[in-house]
Amino acid sequence: MNKLLGAQPKDAALSRTYLFVAFAALLLGGIMGLLQATERAGLFEMPSWFTYYQALTTHGIVLVVVLTAFFTIGYFYAALSHTLGGLLPKVRKMAWIGFALKIIGFVFVVIPVLMNKATVMYTFYPPMKASPYFYIGLVFIVLGVWMCAFGAFVQVATWRKNNRGQHLPILSFFATGVFVLLFFGSLGVTVEVLTLIPWAFGWTKTVNVMVSRTLFWSFGHTLVNIWYLTAVSAWYVVVPKVIGGRRFSDVLTRFVIIALVITNIPGGFHHQIIDPGMSQSLKFMHVFMSLVIGIPSMMTAYAMFSVFERRGRELGGKGLLGWFKKMPWGDVRFLAPFIAMVAFIPGGAGGIVQTTNQLNQVVHNTLWIVGHFHLTVGTSVILTFFGISYWLIPFVSKRVLTPRINKLGVIQTIFWTIGMLIMTFSMHIVGLLGAPRRTSYTTYGDHAVAASWDPYTILVVIGAAFLLVGGALQLYAAYYLMFRAPKGHTEFPLAEAEENASATPYWTERWGRTIIVMLLLVAMAYVAPLVNFIANAPPGSPPFVTW
Amino acid sequence: MESVKPKREEDRNDEVHSQKGTLFSVFMLGAFIALLFIVVFGLYMSRV
Amino acid sequence: MKLKMHRYEEIWLVCGISLIVVFMLITGYQTFALDMGPPSHMETIDPQKVDETAPFDKPGVYKIGEDEYEVVMSLESFAFTPADIEIPAGSTVHFILTSKDVTHGFEVAGTNVNAMVMPGYIQKITQKFSKAGEYLIVCNEYCGAGHQYMSTIIKVV
Repeated sequence: MNKLLGAQPKDAALSRTYLFVAFAALLLGGIMGLLQATERAGLFEMPSWFTYYQALTTHGIVLVVVLTAFFTIGYFYAALSHTLGGLLPKVRKMAWIGFALKIIGFVFVVIPVLMNKATVMYTFYPPMKASPYFYIGLVFIVLGVWMCAFGAFVQVATWRKNNRGQHLPILSFFATGVFVLLFFGSLGVTVEVLTLIPWAFGWTKTVNVMVSRTLFWSFGHTLVNIWYLTAVSAWYVVVPKVIGGRRFSDVLTRFVIIALVITNIPGGFHHQIIDPGMSQSLKFMHVFMSLVIGIPSMMTAYAMFSVFERRGRELGGKGLLGWFKKMPWGDVRFLAPFIAMVAFIPGGAGGIVQTTNQLNQVVHNTLWIVGHFHLTVGTSVILTFFGISYWLIPFVSKRVLTPRINKLGVIQTIFWTIGMLIMTFSMHIVGLLGAPRRTSYTTYGDHAVAASWDPYTILVVIGAAFLLVGGALQLYAAYYLMFRAPKGHTEFPLAEAEENASATPYWTERWGRTIIVMLLLVAMAYVAPLVNFIANAPPGSPPFVTW
Repeated sequence: MESVKPKREEDRNDEVHSQKGTLFSVFMLGAFIALLFIVVFGLYMSRV
Repeated sequence: MKLKMHRYEEIWLVCGISLIVVFMLITGYQTFALDMGPPSHMETIDPQKVDETAPFDKPGVYKIGEDEYEVVMSLESFAFTPADIEIPAGSTVHFILTSKDVTHGFEVAGTNVNAMVMPGYIQKITQKFSKAGEYLIVCNEYCGAGHQYMSTIIKVV
């Protein structure tokens, strides 16, 4: 039920604060990215007190953990408030506690990084050892995220108790899926980090490298699919409303969410296809589980086109693809998520190809992978988030999206798109030529192969320059919409379901069952390798500080 | 009573909402996936 | 569980899933019938005793057959030992690798040789080098401040 009065003021303040932090993270992370791109092309030398690797570690943490988490939580809490009739005071309090925990955690994480005591990338693979406070900070961040997850569960559970037999409003259903994944997906990495803290302090002497790595990736992959599910929620629920249409089949939408939740965590091992210590059969099973995620994605592709075609034809579009022209291209709230969807075509396709077992050898740890995730998270997810911000920020700030800012948003989207296009395309190519990722500028002793990479790294800088402009425009738009835009009411675009659709069966609401199936799949995927890594472990590794 | 085959619900919907463009679009997407696989697989095989 | 979808969506999903199944059949066949799967060696080693444990106590290039070589190599931040390897064109090379410190990546740029090398584990990967040339070996997993210097050459003559 749409409460047309907009978010409750206290709920709005919560989301607004989360969104503010998200965009502050974009600013910091973006600056890092620019430094990296220019350094990597040999055009700029980083100072000795802040190396390429420190910038890269910061870039990863700030964009991939802070920006995404804070935006996701700010967005979904606004959705919970809006679609479930306002947040319960205790839920709001939990979200604020979560906010504080995350900020404290971030401070504990970033200070060692700035001091070159935690130059370990956001993956912090042991036996590289960061300052113990880095790991402690990570624990605080995770606890903060859990508080928000528990808050969401309390909110949803209360609503369901008061609305027995009814379907959870769809955007809150998406939120539930994301918070379920956030909680369960982070259990593995929490165990890992808790073993790293005593090791980092020197209280334990060695660490199990493969167990740590495997636990990390049980989380690391889930994380990316969490943002994907967040972006997808806007694709299914918001974008159809922006174009004046209806959303796709309710039952199929809920099915996709459930499928994404169930298949997500077990796919983690495709980050370890060329690792030692795990049998080819187990790896192949993980490849299968990773590819299974392609199915709800294929369903989503169909759903998106179908919604556009239906609306386009309603507006008079003719022929096979004439309906495309009827879309509101000048509306940033459509344009940005639409380009995000298009970016997922090469992003998802690349993902399928690079996870197919031995094909991974062609691209693992090369710049191809970096191109891949700048498409999937850097474009599909972030551009969707940007597109959302043009109505969400004014919605929670009691302001309006002005035509001028909308136009700015369109321009911003174009710059971002061009930037990502140039950058990701060159990264994919130079990756196929063997250029490694996470490596600062080098000629590898004036080797001819390394020289062949140079033109592409220059293209990356050109792409980064476009992103700089796009990013700056986006930051300005976000600032303006939050603090300067004219006061008023902005609609929270929520599309209605198809009319004449049959009622969605109630099994979709059985989250308990969904979680159990998810955990069974996780067990199927992880018990064997983890037991093996523990039981047949070599002597552990002592800490190393190699920077 | 006339014997008329009852229309499937999807066919009824089709009268207002053709999904041919959608089918075409997703097939293009599938073709892209196949193409990318062929390219990378080809590269892999050339390096074997 | 009944999921009503348009016939076209069913067609699309059948095609899409079949495509993925084909990918898996091809690579699965290559992996399990032709032994072309990703490097997955299972042997372990004490990471603090690499230099004293065979075969890493004697790293180097060893001819083991007509056109077959073993390269026993240890990796550490930021070097490969042995470095600057030379082998004749047409040889099949078995790389036997381990790390003496942190996790490294072993990549021969422009080839399928790409393997993760962890302390505590012995990793193996095989490649036939048909074409002569000077191949660049790099570490492709961040391993510290000198990661960008961690490289060597394999000269195929």
